[in-house]
Amino acid sequence: MNLFLEFSLIGLASGGIYVLAALSFVIVYKATNIFNFATGEMMMFGTYFFYLFDTQLGFGWVAGLGMGLVSAALLALAIERTMLRPLLGRPHIVLVMVTFGVGSILRGFAGLFWGPNVRQLPEILPRKPIFLGDILVPGKLAWGFVTVGVIAGLFMLYYRYSRAGTAIRATSIDQVTAESLGINIRAVFLLAWALAGLLTAASGIITASVNGVTPQLGLVALNVLAVVMLAGMTSVGGVVIAGLFVGWMETIVGAYLGAAWQSFIPYLVVLVVMFVKPSGLFGEQRVERI
Amino acid sequence: MSAQVSAAPAASFGRKALDPRIELLSWILLVLAMVSVPLWGSVYAVYMACLIAINVIATVGLNITVGYAGLLSIGHSAFLGVGAYASALMWLHLGTPLAFNLVVGAVSAFAVGLVFGIPALRIKGVYLAIATLAAQYSLYFVFQQWTSVTGGDRGLSLPKIDVFGYGDTGFYYVVAFVALVATLAARNLFRTRIGRSFIAVREKDYAAQVLGINVVVTKLVAFGIGAAYAGVAGALLAAFLRIVNPDQFTLVSSVFFLAAVVVGGRGSILGSILGALFMTMMPDLLREVIAHFSSEGADLASLLSPVREIAFGLLIVLFLIFEPRGLVGFVDRALGRAENVEARQEH
Repeated sequence: MNLFLEFSLIGLASGGIYVLAALSFVIVYKATNIFNFATGEMMMFGTYFFYLFDTQLGFGWVAGLGMGLVSAALLALAIERTMLRPLLGRPHIVLVMVTFGVGSILRGFAGLFWGPNVRQLPEILPRKPIFLGDILVPGKLAWGFVTVGVIAGLFMLYYRYSRAGTAIRATSIDQVTAESLGINIRAVFLLAWALAGLLTAASGIITASVNGVTPQLGLVALNVLAVVMLAGMTSVGGVVIAGLFVGWMETIVGAYLGAAWQSFIPYLVVLVVMFVKPSGLFGEQRVERI
Repeated sequence: MSAQVSAAPAASFGRKALDPRIELLSWILLVLAMVSVPLWGSVYAVYMACLIAINVIATVGLNITVGYAGLLSIGHSAFLGVGAYASALMWLHLGTPLAFNLVVGAVSAFAVGLVFGIPALRIKGVYLAIATLAAQYSLYFVFQQWTSVTGGDRGLSLPKIDVFGYGDTGFYYVVAFVALVATLAARNLFRTRIGRSFIAVREKDYAAQVLGINVVVTKLVAFGIGAAYAGVAGALLAAFLRIVNPDQFTLVSSVFFLAAVVVGGRGSILGSILGALFMTMMPDLLREVIAHFSSEGADLASLLSPVREIAFGLLIVLFLIFEPRGLVGFVDRALGRAENVEARQEH
């Protein structure tokens, strides 16, 4: 029983990293209606930015973190402005294909600049394990989870109570009305992408602080998509629950059935959601069956 | 967002048909070019021609799904993998002839495609893209981990195939013949009820439904045919390279095929041929460029794979922004068929 609790805690903690990436996905989808298949690659690239400023250029982790996050946000802005803005009003499939292409470009540049080998990030999070009674949780995982919680909490406060967050929500509900009420839609798009850049970079850095970063880090995207689908694409709060659930299930399945089965969990989640409830657990009823 | 301004009423159903005599002439020229390659070409030219023909089959298949039916599939190479493994296993264990293996490849890819397609295609939207991405990852995983059947990372090695005692040249003619038949079949498909229903569903699914088209079945058939083409291409690829391993069927090669469709021209058979031709030559071109610019002794192979990924992605993005009709748009302009270019409506 103790073992099960221990695995559960580890699973919940590792599910935390999905939450931030999934939030970035949801904010872009809500504000701009673009299905961002480059989420995983943006995560990976933001992590490399941090590695670049911290380790390669030697600014130290505080300055490196700030510069890495700013660069990730700028990259996201550049993607929106140069590649997606010219396609406004074009069919949806075209925009999705472009994000898929952007993912490939980012993977390629990461491989070109940093090579295929693992790069270790500096030790920011304390390594010392945490004991809850008899249960041991690895220190980095626990502190990573706390960090995720703080960031997600701040993000949700911003999203709910700031003027900009309100503008994003208004745009998501009805673009035309929002614009006619004086909301600058283009600024909202840019803001959503900048936030997405920040969130993906943060989730990438926390993920990579455990195992280091490779260009393959972006492949976690399928797990993030599973989380997003389970939550229902448009639900900011649902993403948190779904992320923790998927992380928990992966760890439990990996622990009891073997790591091989773990890889099928995201797909299984996607499949079940599509069969049973395509709008997800907390999504709006935007989904249409035919 | 999707409030698309409806274009001029002209050409909303596609392009003005080519003069049949010109079309027949270009098919004849194509056949002549294909037949003559082994006569004037080097071993390398025949090798490339084989690869191009195989990629044409796969690209035509993806274009049926993406270009004609408007369904985004981003896991095309996984279905090539299914066809390749299925045919290789038939060959190794049962010793069946190549023609039979091609059919097995097509059928198995079709079946696996439906497994991933059925849940996704009942719903509108990008769910097929997610499902095919999942297919990409989980099928790669199956190829890699199911060691007792697929041979794991080392893959399966196949014996050399000898067609009528002509060796590689004979095999090239087989590939070229299959590619020609597959391409002609796709061309004619869009003059039948089924093919036109794909286009109708892409244009407006509600309207298609009102016209009595079963939208779900149509989408499933369109996606399944695309996967079956991939299966045939995969079976030929296995016989051609005589090795099947998981690393041939990664996300990168799915990006490759999507780029071939976008670069060539969505919803165009000629576009599929041009796109596959262009994309197959591209890695070699890139290798030359890298060798030209990189310093002495640099590790070319380690540079090539990231540069390839960048180039594939950039081609998709740039063509979608600047020339959504792909290379076919250039051809139309060169032939002075400007009305097709100007009145383009995108799907």
